[in-house]
Amino acid sequence: MTKRDTFVAFLALAGAGVWSYSAWVKQHSPNSVKAASVKPDNQRKPAPDFTLKDADGKVVHLTDYRGKVVLLDFWATWCGPCKIEIPWFMEMQRKNKDKGFEVLGVAMDDEGWEVVKPFVADLNVNYRIVIGNDSTAEIYGGVDALPTTFLIDREGKIAAVHVGLASKKEFEDGIEELLQIPAAGSARAALPAGAGAKQ
Amino acid sequence: MLLCLPVLAQNNKQYLTVGELLTVAGKRSAAVQAKIPISVQAGFHVNSNMPSDEYLIPLKVTWKSTGALEGGQVIYPKPSLEKYEFAEKPLSVFTGDFSVVANFKVAANAPAGPGVAAGQLRYQACNDRACFPPKTIEISLPYQVQ
Repeated sequence: MTKRDTFVAFLALAGAGVWSYSAWVKQHSPNSVKAASVKPDNQRKPAPDFTLKDADGKVVHLTDYRGKVVLLDFWATWCGPCKIEIPWFMEMQRKNKDKGFEVLGVAMDDEGWEVVKPFVADLNVNYRIVIGNDSTAEIYGGVDALPTTFLIDREGKIAAVHVGLASKKEFEDGIEELLQIPAAGSARAALPAGAGAKQ
Repeated sequence: MLLCLPVLAQNNKQYLTVGELLTVAGKRSAAVQAKIPISVQAGFHVNSNMPSDEYLIPLKVTWKSTGALEGGQVIYPKPSLEKYEFAEKPLSVFTGDFSVVANFKVAANAPAGPGVAAGQLRYQACNDRACFPPKTIEISLPYQVQ
């Protein structure tokens, strides 16, 4: 090995060390948030993909959101606890949309847009809504109790599940924790056209 | 891919049960009354027939076929107003055991003998943290024309 090779190897090792240390500091600094409900990375399973339509008839795939932290909320107009969480999610969408975060609501009303559109308009919902169906519910484990909310990391893996009304703080901490981890590469962080929230 | 989340897999679970309906008996043109005994699982509630919010789904009994019986007007009990963590205002609900009454009149030309009226009960249940999809239960009311 030449002196030059040794120097390059040293630089590479030093670079990796600095990167690892900065990642560790980010995770363990007093300002970092750790939500109790967020699973460690090695215990997360991939979020099943789906193809559903939004209110404008545009096709939405969950994979469109890869590189972003996604709050996937299964809800219905007849669900009282869902109505409590929706304004929280609107606030979280406003607060975090520029940091790589999106809320995606999956309405489980049998009557579809006929009932969902007026409800969403009444509440001025500022994030994207799609209409779910039995197969969407099935791939997510049944989703009988509403609200059921999945927090999905930038890698498209399920980091947390909340069945029923959860605390606002739990959502906020989970989102913050997942947003602390940067997107793995700029290509993944880039959102395909149409994947953004309804503004 | 199917996730392993057993806590969510409750699709066929009923949160309300309808007890046995006793045979109603009456002569032609007589008024008869059927009692539908209902029991809501502890810790759950169902919306009353007149929910507090337009988006909530009411408990409702409807008749599909009544045979020799006519009418079938349904009388619901007085609901209770309960406050839950997830609602700003108290909700109009039914909880525990209660009965819904259906009023019929035996048809003037009904043939003597037994028959069965068929109906449905639709409800939507919640507990204090979550709500469950609307369900429909089939109801059979045996009757005897004397």
